Amino acid sequence: MSELIFKTAHELADLLEKKEISSEELTNAQFERIEKTEKYIDAYISLNKEGALNKAREIDRKRAEGQKLSHLAGIPAAIKDNICTKGITTTCASKMLYNFVPPYNASVMDRLSDTPILGKANMDEFAMGSSTETSYFKKTKNPFDTGRIPGGSSGGSGAAVSASEAIFALGSDTGGSIRQPASLCGVVGFKPTYGLVSRYGLVAFASSLDQIGPFTKDIHDCALVLNEICGHDEHDSTSLDIPTADFTKALTGDVKGMKIGVPKEYIGEGVSDEVREKVLEAAREFEKMGAEVDECSLSMMPYSLAAYYLISSAEASSNLARYDGIRYGFRADGCTDVDEVFFKTRSEGFGDEVKRRIMLGTFVLSSGYYDAYYKKAQKVRTLIREDFNKTFEKYDVLLAPTSPCTAWKFGEKSADPLEMYAADICTVSINIAGLPAASMPFGVDKGGLPIGVQLIGKPLGDADIIRAGYALEVHAPKISPEIGGAR
Amino acid sequence: MKYETVVGLEIHAELSTKTKIYCSCENSFGGSENTRCCPVCIGLPGTLPTLNKKVVEYGIKAGLAMNCEIAEYSKQDRKNYFYPDLPKAYQISQFDFPLCEHGFVIIDTENGQKKIGITRIHIEEDAGKFTHDPYRNLSRVDYNRGGVPLIEIVSEPDIRSSAEANAFLEAVRSILKCIGVSDCKMQEGSLRCDVNVSVRPEGQKEFGVRSECKNVNSFSGAVRAIDYERARQIEILESGAEVEQETRRWDDMAGKSFLLRSKEEAHDYRYFPEPDLMPMEISRGWVEEIRESLPELPHEKKARFMAEYGLPEYDSGLISVSDGFSKLLDDTVGCGAAPKEASNWILGEISKEINERCITSDDVPFGGQALAELIALINKGTISGSIAKQIVPDMFESDKSPEEIVKAKGLLQISDEGEIAKIIKEVFEANPKAIEDYKGGKTNVRGFLTGQVMRATKGKANPAVINKQLEIELGKL
Repeated sequence: MSELIFKTAHELADLLEKKEISSEELTNAQFERIEKTEKYIDAYISLNKEGALNKAREIDRKRAEGQKLSHLAGIPAAIKDNICTKGITTTCASKMLYNFVPPYNASVMDRLSDTPILGKANMDEFAMGSSTETSYFKKTKNPFDTGRIPGGSSGGSGAAVSASEAIFALGSDTGGSIRQPASLCGVVGFKPTYGLVSRYGLVAFASSLDQIGPFTKDIHDCALVLNEICGHDEHDSTSLDIPTADFTKALTGDVKGMKIGVPKEYIGEGVSDEVREKVLEAAREFEKMGAEVDECSLSMMPYSLAAYYLISSAEASSNLARYDGIRYGFRADGCTDVDEVFFKTRSEGFGDEVKRRIMLGTFVLSSGYYDAYYKKAQKVRTLIREDFNKTFEKYDVLLAPTSPCTAWKFGEKSADPLEMYAADICTVSINIAGLPAASMPFGVDKGGLPIGVQLIGKPLGDADIIRAGYALEVHAPKISPEIGGAR
Repeated sequence: MKYETVVGLEIHAELSTKTKIYCSCENSFGGSENTRCCPVCIGLPGTLPTLNKKVVEYGIKAGLAMNCEIAEYSKQDRKNYFYPDLPKAYQISQFDFPLCEHGFVIIDTENGQKKIGITRIHIEEDAGKFTHDPYRNLSRVDYNRGGVPLIEIVSEPDIRSSAEANAFLEAVRSILKCIGVSDCKMQEGSLRCDVNVSVRPEGQKEFGVRSECKNVNSFSGAVRAIDYERARQIEILESGAEVEQETRRWDDMAGKSFLLRSKEEAHDYRYFPEPDLMPMEISRGWVEEIRESLPELPHEKKARFMAEYGLPEYDSGLISVSDGFSKLLDDTVGCGAAPKEASNWILGEISKEINERCITSDDVPFGGQALAELIALINKGTISGSIAKQIVPDMFESDKSPEEIVKAKGLLQISDEGEIAKIIKEVFEANPKAIEDYKGGKTNVRGFLTGQVMRATKGKANPAVINKQLEIELGKL
């Protein structure tokens, strides 16, 4: 099998540009890999072989003709199945949308129009979950240990990149759904500042928290994908109208004088010793490279999980109300009137976790409870934002764990929703404050499972994260999974 | 016991922007089902709304015309409920920070002018249309109307009768049409209202328990719904029972309202801020710009017609509520006609013609120049008033000037004394009985004889000349 698939996007971009390889060759190699390893991993809900190869050939032809192409043109990727792809089924891993074929592209897909789409990556149903176990279709396995979950909700995207089943992938992050699976699968995952990447075409879970971002093999690739997907979109009113930066300019390796804070609340109780040790080790590496590292405090952190689950569920209860069986997707059989269509379709079409959040969200928005829950959560949101703003007066980047623990076994946390929700403790407050943050691999635990460290930036401080991450990456041990007894 | 009616209205008016409120689909009426829809207005997964700025401008315009304060900070909210015509299962509306608040509209009542408070005006999107076909046992949804921009105008409970409600609705309609934000076509559903009614014993300060009537689609429907509701509530109170707070559905065909849901069953719409749209900061500069662009409003026109044209209040009121009539009056007077004569024609023959043709005052096909010319033709004696009335329908049919119509149809007035004298003699000969009667002292046959002369000339004879010559000829008998 071709070794091409183990290369990074920036290496492949150079080879493609020099015409040493073709996109068709690369895309074919990628499908060969998928055929070999997908039976162990189950990263994809659907594959798009014909479409991807057609795109690859189109790019090769354009390149031969000397047409101007984007930097990542011809490099195949996996797309989370909640990002609308014109003509390609977009299910959100739900029975409710098992047959939904969008007639339009998400804005990010238009931006990645030179990208062969390998397939649509598995996820927790409607992105609700931290293990990808709530998918209606399949359970994605962690490439480092197929008895364990890959994290979630973008577990398919994380596992695909980790298992070399895609050169890069797109995911979405509402409370950690990019960073946590990246951490558990040993790859780089980046959640940009809210508003930097258009949400148009991302099937909404919690509109004020959702953000699309990349999964990549390293920080350099992450910068390249960000360059492609960031930018203003008139179809998204929450999209920021600011000039786009070239994130590769932050690939300097220089962090001298950079002020890095380690919030003590993030390495306290509930975080495993091994994870804490890795974060502190990363802190020491930064210090050695000339950064100023200091312990700091984010005192609102303990309230973030509650605020997050109230706000995200409230928005979800409204965002998911449109799945009523009338216009598209699943419709229950044997209904005799409209109300029955609503009740039966929604009862049969949604899984338990989605229903749980819809009920919670409906409750917190109800008259008589709104002030006590939703409104109070919004107040907490303001306090969390202020907490971060104050901290960022002193620091450029914050360093924290991404996940309090490494990948757990299937079923281990499924029985108790609260235990599952607690897995998001280190990531949710970043979404609440709309900040950028990345998870990058930084070694493994005793069992050989990846540990990720999280770099958190100030609003629009996305480049600071790339800069710090690129410098730290040099000191992170290279890790890769063994799948089916081979690399 | 005597009861007082207390009414508050919620008026929904479709705005006549070129495109819908949150997407670029065309905003128009009619057409095949589901042809003016896109992924955004049918709420496909992943789509996002983007606010049409024109809708905000129109909303502010309406607010200014109704003397409202315009918010500096306003936001949009989601109103959540399930219905097949609502593709997102929430309507984007405004809850606690509406665009406009604290306004008023002045209406004319039999006791003079009255101020009706405007609580608020907010912007929102319309839903599609859900219909059931019982013959084929099939339900259909048409989303063409989904995402059409609306303003909801909420009045204070200042209205005290169905007549006042009607006057208020007329006033609001004339304002919206005048400022050009809505065409207010009731038959196309572009103006609809919900009616809140309560009654209380005369002299009582506290309001009674109100009911809300939905599905009122015409002004006359509003009047009847209010009268029906008043009678229903009085009957309940007289029987010693209490009125329940409830939502009712007006059935215009039946002339009755029916219980839709009780207070306990009232919907909880779970309003919350629309996270897909940013709050609006409305600059004072923009508001002033819009204020300056406002045309002369109906009540301002009315005052001007009375002061400058010396028209009676009645004429001024009727003409000022119509944009088309007001313009026709101004143009006709501008072309030299006397205001009262112009007003008489507008409120007389032209109004009659409009009603017969089932068109609106905006659709009069001729302008002030034509009407002024018609009036001048009468005053010059070229045609008689009755001939003028005859050619008004022609003015609606063709684009010829009144003078051209008169010439083409040979309707020039006969003022030649000799010719008329000759016709009078012929009439005398043809009606010997009438002449006998006259001789016998029945002088009122003069009217009959005048009519016969008119008939003989197909109305073209100059009445003054007939009078004069008839006097002479009768004298000769």
